[in-house]
This record gives sequence, C-alpha cells and structure tokens, in this order.
Amino acid sequence: MTESAQVGGRYVLDRADFPAFLDGMRAAGYRVVGPTVRDRAIVYGEVRAVTDLPIGWTDRQEAGQYRLERRSDEALFGYNVGPHSWKKYLFPAHERLWTATTTDGSFEVRPEPDDATPLAFLGVRACELAAIRVQDRVFGLAGDPTYARRRRSVLRVAVECGQAGRTCFCVSMGTGPAVHDEVDLALTEVLEGDRHYFLLHVGSDRGARVLTDVPLRPASPVEEGAAADRVASAAASMGRSLTTTGIRDVLVNQPDHPRWAIVARRCLACTNCTMACPTCFCQSTEEVPDLSGEKVERWRRWDSCFNSQFSAVHGTSVRQSTQSRYRQWLTHKFGTWHDQFGESGCVGCGRCITWCPVGIDVTEEAAALREPARPTVPSASKGTTP
Amino acid sequence: MAARSLPPAAEEMPSPWAPVPFRVAQRTAETSDTVTLVLTPARDAPEFPFAPGQFNMLYAFGVGEAAISISGDPAAPGSLVHTVRTAGKVSGALAAAGPGTIVGVRGPYGSAWPLAAAEGKDVVLVAGGLGLPPLRPALYTMLADRGKFGRIEVIYGARTPKDLVFYRQVQEWRARTDLRFQTTVDAADRSWYGDVGLVTARVPDLRVDPANTVAFLCGPEVMLKFTVQALVAKGMTEDQVYVSLERNMKCAIGLCGHCQLGPEFVCRDGPVFRYSDVRRYLTVREL
Amino acid sequence: MTAAPTPGALRLAEHRFFVGAPSGLADRLEPLAVERSYAFGDTLVREGDIADRFVLIYEGKVALEIVLPDRPSVTIQTLGGGDVLGWSWLVPPPEWWLDARAVKRTRTLELPAGPLRAALDAHPDDGYAFLLRLLPVVAQRLDHTRLQLMDLHGR
Repeated sequence: MTESAQVGGRYVLDRADFPAFLDGMRAAGYRVVGPTVRDRAIVYGEVRAVTDLPIGWTDRQEAGQYRLERRSDEALFGYNVGPHSWKKYLFPAHERLWTATTTDGSFEVRPEPDDATPLAFLGVRACELAAIRVQDRVFGLAGDPTYARRRRSVLRVAVECGQAGRTCFCVSMGTGPAVHDEVDLALTEVLEGDRHYFLLHVGSDRGARVLTDVPLRPASPVEEGAAADRVASAAASMGRSLTTTGIRDVLVNQPDHPRWAIVARRCLACTNCTMACPTCFCQSTEEVPDLSGEKVERWRRWDSCFNSQFSAVHGTSVRQSTQSRYRQWLTHKFGTWHDQFGESGCVGCGRCITWCPVGIDVTEEAAALREPARPTVPSASKGTTP
Repeated sequence: MAARSLPPAAEEMPSPWAPVPFRVAQRTAETSDTVTLVLTPARDAPEFPFAPGQFNMLYAFGVGEAAISISGDPAAPGSLVHTVRTAGKVSGALAAAGPGTIVGVRGPYGSAWPLAAAEGKDVVLVAGGLGLPPLRPALYTMLADRGKFGRIEVIYGARTPKDLVFYRQVQEWRARTDLRFQTTVDAADRSWYGDVGLVTARVPDLRVDPANTVAFLCGPEVMLKFTVQALVAKGMTEDQVYVSLERNMKCAIGLCGHCQLGPEFVCRDGPVFRYSDVRRYLTVREL
Repeated sequence: MTAAPTPGALRLAEHRFFVGAPSGLADRLEPLAVERSYAFGDTLVREGDIADRFVLIYEGKVALEIVLPDRPSVTIQTLGGGDVLGWSWLVPPPEWWLDARAVKRTRTLELPAGPLRAALDAHPDDGYAFLLRLLPVVAQRLDHTRLQLMDLHGR
C-alpha cells in the first residue's frame, strides 16, 4: 500500500519493490550510480536494474587482500566498501576545468559547461557519508565551483552496513556504521528467514520526492529493532581499531620517530592508498594545447603526495625520501587535517589497508607511533640473570 | 568537530581557475635571466588592488601557470608589476613575453607583510636575490607614508653586482636620507664599491632599536634562518620577524595540496608568516 | 687616574670587538694602539707580507681581495666599522693571505703583533679573554664562507 513518505519518517521497503525504488529515482531525473561487480571487485557504476547490484556477493578483505565471495543469501548490499569511492563522481580523477581560445591577440576562457544529469548515489556507507562531508569542507573552503555544482545535485542514498570488514575501523573514527549524517535517504537491509526488506529513513524533501510511486509502509518497532540489531552487530565486529585520543600530537610532534624509517622500508610510494582514500584531495592541473596552438584545455587530475615531484620547488623535491612522503600522508590524514579543517581526514573505511600492495596498516602504524622510540642498541635486560 | 559546511551554490561562485587576460605594457630586463613586466587589463576591468607581499598566478597561454609575487606599487592598482626569473618552462615563457603579449592573471593570493603592525616602529627589510621584488611593494607603501614609521633599513644581497634587480631604483634609494639601503654581493671585482659578504654580516651594524623593530625577510630559506639568528643576536625576538616562504604553489586556493608545510597551506596561510609561528617546521628535514 | 680622551680620538674599549670583554682588557692594550687613517685606494695589507698587526676598523670600508694571475682580482668580502681585520698575525706562519684595500676613507686602531702577543702571553687571563673575542669572528667568517659556497642566490 503506497502512502506519501514524510521527511523524518521510517518505512519498510520490500525487496520485491526495490525496482520501483530505482524507477522512482530515475523518474525524478537522477542517473543512479552504485555498487556493481566488475573485474572481480565491487565498484561504483551505473545501476539500470536491480540485477546490476552485487546480489549475493560479499567482499573478504585483509591488509593487502581483497576477494569477492558468494554469500549464502541474496543480499543486495552484503559487502563493505570496494576500491572506488564516491569522490570519483564529485571530484573526477580527470576532468576539464576550462577551454580557452585565442581571439584578436587575446584569449577567452570558457569554464566547463554544467550539463551533467544529477546523480543518485545508491549505497553510500556511513563512513562514505563522512568522507563526502570531509571533502565538502575541503572543496567548500577553496571555493571550487565544479565540486559544488555536482555535490548540490546529488541524491545521497545511504545503506547502513550489516557487517564489518576485516580492515574496517569506522567505530574508532566515529563515522559509522550507523548513519548519523544528514542524508536524503537511509536504508538498512534486513534478511530474516524468508523475509528480505529495507528499513528506509527519509532525511530530506528531495529524498521523499523519489518515493512518490514506491510502495512503502510504516516500519513496526520490531522491524526497526531488527535493522538496529544488524547495525549493532556490524559495530561489534570491526576488523581494526585505532586510538584517536591525542593522535594529532602523536603524529605532528614526532617527525623523527624511528617508526617512519621502518614503514618506509615497506612503502613502495605507489599512491594506491591516496587513490583509494575517499578524502584525499591532492590534485594537479595540466595544460593541453591543440596542434594549432589556438585552443587550450585546462585539465585537472588526481595527484598524490607520494609522487616524487609533488613537492618540487624549482625542480627539486622537498620530500625526496619515501619516508618523508609516507610521514606527510599519515601526518596530514590524522594530524594536520585537524589544524586545516577542524576534523580528522580519516573516516575509518580501511581502503588504504586493503589496497596497499604490501599491506601497510595505518592502524598498526598509528599504534607503533605511540610507542616510545626504541633505542637502536638494545639495553641490557633486567632480571634475567638468576 | 568543525561545523559542517556545504559548498555554496555554483552560480554564486566565479571560477577560481580561470585566468583573466592582461596585456604586457612594458618589459624591462633586470639581469641576464630576470625581467620586470608591467601588465594592464586586456579588457575593461576594475582596478587590481593587492597587499604588499601577495602573489598572482601568471599564465602563459598554452604553457601553464607559475606563482609570481607582485613587485609593483599598491598605490597604483591600475597596472600590475611582476618580476620574473627564468627558472622553468612557464617562467621562461613569461620572461620572454614582449610588449603586447597577452598573459593570464589569477589573484591576488596569500598573506601580506604586516605593515599596520610596523607603524611607529623601526623596520628592517632583508632581501636575498629575487627576494627584493616581493618586498618592494612594502617599501613603496612605507616611503609613501614615511612619517608613520621609524628608521627604515634595507639590506639587499645578490650573487654578483650583475644580479641586482631594480638597479637604477636601488641607486635612488641608496641616495635617500630617510632610508638606509645597503647592497651586498657574494663576490665582485674592483668596479663594485658596495659591500661584499652575506646580508647577515650587515645586521650587527643596523641602527635600529631592537625592542621596537619589525623585520621582513625574503630570500633563500637558509638565508632566512641565518638572518633571524643575526637579528636575535642583535636583540630582537623571533616574533618580531616575518618571512616569505616558497613552496610548490599550484592552485593558490589551498586545494591542490602541493605547498603544504606542516599544517600550513603556504599559498593561502602564507607566503608571509611570522617566523616564530613556522620556525619549528623549517628545522624538520623534508617536511 | 686616566686622562680624558682627546676629542675624536679612537679608543679600544669603544670598538665592538671589546664590547662585553672583561674590564680593563682594552685599557691594558691601549698603550700599544696606533691610530691610522687610509684614503680611498690605499692598501692596508698585501698578500705575502708578514702579518705584523691586528687591525680594528672604526669607520670606512675595506675590501679583502684575492689576486689572480689571469683575471681581475676578486673581492670576497668587505669589512666596515666594528669589524676587525684577520687573525693571520696569530697563526703561524704570520703571513697575509689576502690583499686588504680601503675603498672608502678608513680609520683604524692597530696593535703591533709582537708586543700584542707578548702582552697576551704575559697575562694568560687576558690572552684567553682576547681569544674568546677573536674566535667568534673566525667562526662567523667560516659560516659565511660556507653559505657563499652554496651559491644560494644563484638558484
């Protein structure tokens, strides 16, 4: 039975009606993007039908490892997070900023036109909502217009996690697994015996509008409880944890801690962590002239503080060693981000741990940096002689 | 936890990425590799106000952008003056831009020399090499309102006499009685009657009241450190000293991440910093 | 009881080199001091000559030059009021390694090397105090030389 959804209301959406929900978003003018299976990973792409979703798949993650496995059920969102994050839509890896042409000895700059279809992000995890909020602040303070334009048109449909991955630590970072951020719609997937439904929370008018023709009914306390139980069980099974108390000072005040040299022996400076990170925002622009020399395009692409020329002044890198670049990344993410933006740059999604080819684990590094520096030469041990 | 901030609507926001066309009105060779460009708006445009110490992103069409400090007079915002040394592809293209060439300008960006804080005090400017252009707007401002400041001392060091920029103007400044302008070079032949030695060697002889002085320093980072040391030996404290720092400024709006120095985005929080606020970053290797 | 200084006469105790030195050091060396004055272009010391005195510059400007056989001589440093000229007189063999030439009218007080060394040898406390004044001059020149070697402005 359909009734008009109210902002703040909590409803039940049956699995059978999920196609109607997708139709509702499309009917409201959104292109729906969300989890799809590609190249043996769950990545974000266009979702045209419910069958595009990773039905019955889950992801097994460990430091430096990621594998898709079959679930014993037909869950639509029974995984955690993959290598992609939503930043690829809000802050594309490669995008044109403007085009300039020469005219009468001068030149004219035309910013990139705004003709993209608004996107609906389907399946935003709590940690990812936090990551979007973190980037809102970074790009908002800088006054970046293309980010703002895309961000304002996005419909955010969150899906709370019903399980945690081995590299997840959102509880430590205070970002999940429950959704507390402002959001347009929030879903919690529940599979119980032969029942398969979604608890749906309506967070905004924009969210309510896509539900006009979607069959919904008010959630019962039992259904709400079942959804809450699943999120609580995810919270209780975090694969990793990280002590955040005083973490800024631990990093900022110890640039000479010996741990940096130890982790640098493993780090390949491959930039995977920064590409997979949903908050990393470093970027470069490049000038692309055409052959006539009369037309030029300005593109920007993701860059990484692990690249050797990233900090170059007059052609010479300030951070020549991998050690200094790893220190920059970790210290920025958990330390100086607080100074710059008043919050942590880490949301605890665990991607940097999973996608590090050598399995460097930020939670382990942060813990090691809390240990007092060990002397190079072991001191005589106490009390071992009889 | 910081307040959540949604970006403002796009239509309220001009693109921070789009350079505005300016025409090279005048190009003056300063040294073998350095020129001063006077730019005027290519189209009807409002004046271009800036504060001494700020920089612009200058754009050579089809080549790219470089961060260049403004070296002109803030009281004449109708034209923009930049002094450019050929250091790479972009600065080379800019330095080669003859009169009539159109270049792009984004800016002004960054923090300024704290001239208000210098009022009523003695002021020491120390410039090394191409450190003089970013200090010149401050000198113009102080000389235009000379009575507001105590003694003004300038120490300007370069590699050789041939590497001194603003040569004729430096001679005029040296002749003034309301300003002591000393030049010193690393090495010279007998045709040079100025000083030879580092700028730091001139510091002990400064005729200022150390307790009531501010110093503005711009030059190579090692020079900054040694000059601060000499100023402290003279009786000043590190919080009376301001320095202009150089890092890899690319976007100039605190977004691209390249110019970070500890928590600072040098493009946005700098380039001018109070020395006591940044000294701890300058002693960490490869920060 | 000391006589009031002649107006305009130079006094050792007033030179920056002796600022902060133990009381009496400058006064004890004062009888050795000879006042000299150099016109523009005058040579104070010449490379290869015996380093026979310690020169304290009160005003003016002195260029230290290295003479090269195949090139114009190079000025590597200029000294002015408050600076002292070298330590060659103290380091065997006592020989000047540079030319020093006045490039402005220059006034100095100069202490002859032999009597100065004798005075410092005879009073080791004075000798030590004197070396404590001289060593920072040497250290500062070394620091500056290192920085000049880095050719910082060249970049």
